[in-house]
Amino acid sequence: MRKTVQELKVISSQRLNDDHQLLQLEASKPLETINPGQFANLLVDNSPSVFLRRPFSIYSVDYSLNTISVYIKVIGEGTRKLAKTEVGTFLNVMYPLGNSFTIPEGKERVLLVGGGSGVASLMGLAQVLKMKSNDVSILIGARSSADLVELEQFSKYCSVYTTTEDGTAGVKGYVTDHPLFGEELNGFTRIYSCGPEPMMRAVALKAHLKSIFCEVSLENTMACGFGVCLCCITETTQGHKCVCTDGPVFNINQLRWLI
Amino acid sequence: MADLSIRIHNLELKNPVLTASGTFGYGLEFDDFFDVSQLGGIVVKGTTIHPRQGNAYPRMAETASGMLNSVGLQNRGAKYFATDIYPKLTKYNTNILVNVSGSTIEEYIACAEIINELDHIAGIELNISCPNVKEGGMAFGTSCASIDAVVSAVREVYHKTMVVKLSPNVTNIGELARAAECSGADSISLINTLLGMAINAETRKPVLATITGGLSGPAIKPIALRMVWEVAKAVKVPLIGMGGIMNSTDAIEFFLAGASAIEVGTANYIDPLSSLKIIEGIDAYLNRHNFNNLKDIVGSLHL
Repeated sequence: MRKTVQELKVISSQRLNDDHQLLQLEASKPLETINPGQFANLLVDNSPSVFLRRPFSIYSVDYSLNTISVYIKVIGEGTRKLAKTEVGTFLNVMYPLGNSFTIPEGKERVLLVGGGSGVASLMGLAQVLKMKSNDVSILIGARSSADLVELEQFSKYCSVYTTTEDGTAGVKGYVTDHPLFGEELNGFTRIYSCGPEPMMRAVALKAHLKSIFCEVSLENTMACGFGVCLCCITETTQGHKCVCTDGPVFNINQLRWLI
Repeated sequence: MADLSIRIHNLELKNPVLTASGTFGYGLEFDDFFDVSQLGGIVVKGTTIHPRQGNAYPRMAETASGMLNSVGLQNRGAKYFATDIYPKLTKYNTNILVNVSGSTIEEYIACAEIINELDHIAGIELNISCPNVKEGGMAFGTSCASIDAVVSAVREVYHKTMVVKLSPNVTNIGELARAAECSGADSISLINTLLGMAINAETRKPVLATITGGLSGPAIKPIALRMVWEVAKAVKVPLIGMGGIMNSTDAIEFFLAGASAIEVGTANYIDPLSSLKIIEGIDAYLNRHNFNNLKDIVGSLHL
């Protein structure tokens, strides 16, 4: 699990919806081991306006093909340029970065809760949890049905549930309005979440009230991605910690969230 | 292969490339990427006598050809450095300097005294130029009298190479450099970050929690070059130049302006191998221009 910087070739680029692009990247040599929850830091084009790298969760890994994929949500100029990267060109990628989700030995009832591009970091987790014989469900929250993508991929590894704010798919409302979050939390023994912070805080509160193990993956603005700039800090019970190296995954009991 | 070695006071650098404080951690963070002993030196993270939590999040804003930061000298204190970090650094075969900061002169002295006891630390870089702390930091570096007070005081307790790092947030950098030299600086490094600000028009709020922060990256290189040029004319001690150095051409420009060595900063974030590539590029430049020795180009700007 050595950090490395490599030129990876874009071998496919798939438009998932209006603002999401899935890039598949191929290494010319065996990949470093990547654990669920880790991320990659992509160099855009080093232009004056997009000066720093952009961090992305690693969505999937295929060691036999030496490929990884990243799920890019177009937010600003950097992500817009990355989403338009042409097949056949190379991207400079620093990986694998950060810690990873804690994987139980098995036989647990696990709920994954994803929102927006945050679902990307949950795919690798779903695969590993399934492999270890856990009973896995994923609840994906979105604004509208058009924002729900890759559900079929997730259904290979877990039961898939959805909520949309406009009610165009699944249960209308936020993720915590879903019956899965009803009394006794349906017997779930672990919750993992990645998505917008208000969503993760709401999920963390539910988990906290039932004393259920819960890990969340944070996304803070960072300059380096490997623990030297100290810009991406979050408040924890042990003081400021870097999201890029001490995280991105934190147990909710480590965070100073008012829950 | 040209001779890239250079002397900064008592420091024998195998090459003129150091890494700037706050952009290279303790060097250990780069072990996965390359053997940092290949560098001329490492300036480790700003250290204070007491642990500091630093400023609130957000601490960083990307700007045109650069970035603002307001980390605020987050570190675990000089004693923690001496007991927990320093033993891990003795494996490196390069010059390690500790960037020393404080809120009062007494704090600078106490910190420098602890660092003075560490055999494998070749020198200190006295940070009188951090723009992101409420007390001390840059405040010490903006008048000749306060520079004299802090540099002279630390000089009395620190006996190895003392580099003084100057702030660019001043009107006459040459005068301040002279004050540092007269007070006992063995070398002067410049520039620290420029005080700046970023605003989010949509939210109508400042981007940084501290409102203002320090600007670094290629955006500041022209200012850094001008200041190195001015300081080179004002003092006799060797200079270590920095400010937006991304590649070896940038580095060469600093040597021509009068720097004997350079520090690579923000570039480390984007490409952790940049300092290594800069060493190779300097060698290639010297060969291409038929110089056998780096010293031949220091301060050799054609006017």
